[in-house]
Amino acid sequence: MPAVRCTGLSRRFGDTLAVDNLDLEIVQGEIFGLLGPNGAGKTTTIRMITTLLPPPRGTIEVFGADVAARRMAVRRLIGYVPQQLSVEATLTGRENVWLFAKLYDVPRLTRVRRVNEVLAGVGLAEVADRLAKTYSGGMIRRLELAQALVSTPRLLVLDEPTVGLDPVARDDVWERIEQIRADSGMTVLVTTHLMQEADERCDRVALMHRGRIQALGTPAQLRGNLGDGATLDDVFRAYTGDELADTGSIRDVRSARRTARRLS
Amino acid sequence: MTERTIPTNPSPLWLAYTALCRIGAICTVELQKLRHDRTELITRAVQPTLWLLVFGQVFTQIRAIPTGSTPYLDFLAPGILAQSALFIAIFYGIQIIWERDSGMLAKLMVTPTPRVALVAAKAFAAGIRAVVQAIAVMIVAAILGVHLDTAPARLVGTVIALILGSAFFCCLSITIAGLVLSRDRLMGIGQAITMPLFFASNALYPVQLMPGWLQVINRINPLSYEVDALRGLLVNTPAALGFDFLVLVLASAAMISVAAALLPRLTVG
Repeated sequence: MPAVRCTGLSRRFGDTLAVDNLDLEIVQGEIFGLLGPNGAGKTTTIRMITTLLPPPRGTIEVFGADVAARRMAVRRLIGYVPQQLSVEATLTGRENVWLFAKLYDVPRLTRVRRVNEVLAGVGLAEVADRLAKTYSGGMIRRLELAQALVSTPRLLVLDEPTVGLDPVARDDVWERIEQIRADSGMTVLVTTHLMQEADERCDRVALMHRGRIQALGTPAQLRGNLGDGATLDDVFRAYTGDELADTGSIRDVRSARRTARRLS
Repeated sequence: MTERTIPTNPSPLWLAYTALCRIGAICTVELQKLRHDRTELITRAVQPTLWLLVFGQVFTQIRAIPTGSTPYLDFLAPGILAQSALFIAIFYGIQIIWERDSGMLAKLMVTPTPRVALVAAKAFAAGIRAVVQAIAVMIVAAILGVHLDTAPARLVGTVIALILGSAFFCCLSITIAGLVLSRDRLMGIGQAITMPLFFASNALYPVQLMPGWLQVINRINPLSYEVDALRGLLVNTPAALGFDFLVLVLASAAMISVAAALLPRLTVG
């Protein structure tokens, strides 16, 4: 059974076909990267997999459970970190994680221990009782990881987890993700538009452009198809052309700017 | 110890229990936020204090508004309590757009929480905040010489009336948020409706003084039922308490359902 299986998935916003007849299988335990420029349909796909958007056409199964029919059960299996830095700034790190332990019904008897465990796991145990507004961007990202992990999900979904982070914080976040995967065998679905990052960290990647998957495989396979010395950036250009600048809605840009502002 | 699993066909009882857990969690978080930021409690007490101090004192002096045997300031105090709760509740719709923009709402909606429970939790969180705020306003009122009846049963009634009223206006605000989808527009609409809601209620003057058309609006304005209940409970004016609470319960339940139906619109775009 795959961790995620999408069949014939489509979604339209007004005149734009954001996701166009998409078929996708994510194997259990892998780190799967969904790559593409802004507006390629990555976030829409993620929103449908995480039950935020109902798929108007096609089906999605998460560990065999149909997303449309068993929304609540699917939510239980998923830990989700959205693109923006989304913590309650006026709560402490611990309170932020506690809320999600409650919302995912982590049993009372193990709740305190579990909250402490995940906070320690992302290296925030020392600062857990400080208000989240005093945290740096990298710390907030790690706090979000702790929130997503407190329910021991089987699928961790990360939408642009390193956007706006400096290289050190970025490496740190990725090392945590890899550590979590190694410890728990969790499946990780991640979107990014940073090719080098995907090349280094993902087991398999799918290149998405205009709502369709243009290429799928391990980073080495995709590079190999293009010839010696090719980088994933070259592969990316080969499939998308030079349209990076004029794709993506104003909303993507706004949301990226907002994230950047919050981080500075 | 295993976690509660999700049944394939959740029973109403299971959903109700889950909803109660979620409401408890989100209300607890609201109290935690208040604990970390007490200044808001004080800044939000400024306006009701001014209403009581300036408007209340002046209109008591000039006896412009006949309120029978009840001193005008006593008549006004429950109205101001309801007003401060109204302002807090309307702010919650603006907050939900902020949460949408910050990704927090998406994160909450990906948790195994029924939409209606999420909205109800927000509604009651607004109520909790309004009650805490009301304590501050009641202290100010008592200092200004308002005779508040603080028998325990009446205080319990006050808390329930404030929570139901806040739940209604919080969900009204979330509903508008779900319709207009932008913070700027919502702030404009929020400001445009709060004052009319307040002035077209019995908060400042007795219903008998209103022109006919205003009496009609007053009758469909839930704020009036909240004020009537608060006034009956706290300053012992004649009030149709049973009917007031019935209206408040039905209105807030209806508004919670409407807001829950519109909530997904906020995470679609």
